[in-house]
Amino acid sequence: MKLFDYFHKDPGTQSASTAKERLQIVVAHQRATRNQPDFLPEMQQEIINVIKKYVNIEQDQVSVQLDNIDNCSVLELNVTLPS
Amino acid sequence: MAKIIVITSGKGGVGKTTTSASIGTGLAIKGHKTAIIDFDVGLRNLDLIMGCERRVVYDFVNVINGDATLKQALIKDKRTEKLFILPASQTRDKDALTREGVEKVLNDLAEDFDFIICDSPAGIEAGALMAMYFADEAIVVTNPEVSSVRDSDRILGILQSKSRRAEVGNEPVKEHLLLTRYSPERVIAGEMLSVADVEDILAIPLLGVVPESQAVLKASNQGQPVILDDKTHAGQAYADAVSRLLGNDVQHRFLEVEKKGFFNRVIGGR
Repeated sequence: MKLFDYFHKDPGTQSASTAKERLQIVVAHQRATRNQPDFLPEMQQEIINVIKKYVNIEQDQVSVQLDNIDNCSVLELNVTLPS
Repeated sequence: MAKIIVITSGKGGVGKTTTSASIGTGLAIKGHKTAIIDFDVGLRNLDLIMGCERRVVYDFVNVINGDATLKQALIKDKRTEKLFILPASQTRDKDALTREGVEKVLNDLAEDFDFIICDSPAGIEAGALMAMYFADEAIVVTNPEVSSVRDSDRILGILQSKSRRAEVGNEPVKEHLLLTRYSPERVIAGEMLSVADVEDILAIPLLGVVPESQAVLKASNQGQPVILDDKTHAGQAYADAVSRLLGNDVQHRFLEVEKKGFFNRVIGGR
């Protein structure tokens, strides 16, 4: 069995590269939200709820982003309204 | 003035207490007066790993509350000169550690110790945040496994934003990666993240790699830090890490599969 393994590596067991790819994505996302204030997710949800009261939109049609440019924080709100 | 080093990870069970015990012991062996503090209030374990569980009289919270002096609560290690342990309490009161109280204990210790090792609890709750808050350096203990690596990244984010150094705007906490339970055989087989993979993702300097070893369980069974078992690879890896922590340039070991004879490889001996 060992001798056989030596010449033949089953590609199905190469799971480490899958782990690395998944981690790179999740960590990049984690870092993008690292410097956000703690209240942002809740505020995002509340803004979405307010818009939903007036316009029929889905969750993923709204993006709320906080950017820091020099000493100034910019809250960017992007809503895709249904046509 | 003492240097405060937090041993942290986010995820539980990766080897924080094992590391605290060994790094603390290693620093003391090198002649530096060292205190190891167990911050895991309610679930103390450092005393067991250090083999001093029957000598605990007073604990960290007793000192904070003024029920005991620091001198009364510190347990002097019986094997290693210059090494002291401050055990955690078994109280279930989560708010037992106040920032002012912890700061006072650390300041008092800093007067005549060279190193203070803070053994953090798992998670990102109050106890873990408190262990990190006053740190000058952080050893992030990570297993080559997805959940541990992700949690380590979370912890790095917290160190960079919620530590005292971050809050007052001092030089940031110095970060070190310690990869534990590493198995070169599995890395070669493509079943485990390699040192390079983890370094790539976390992007912090590597302090050491501790290979998966039966010596670690044996050491904890006996209540003896694994670094004292200097014939084992795990013990030697910790000794190397201590040396690097003190600024020495030591080559990394145990990253490759040990060479086996052709005969062993074919027959499949382990």
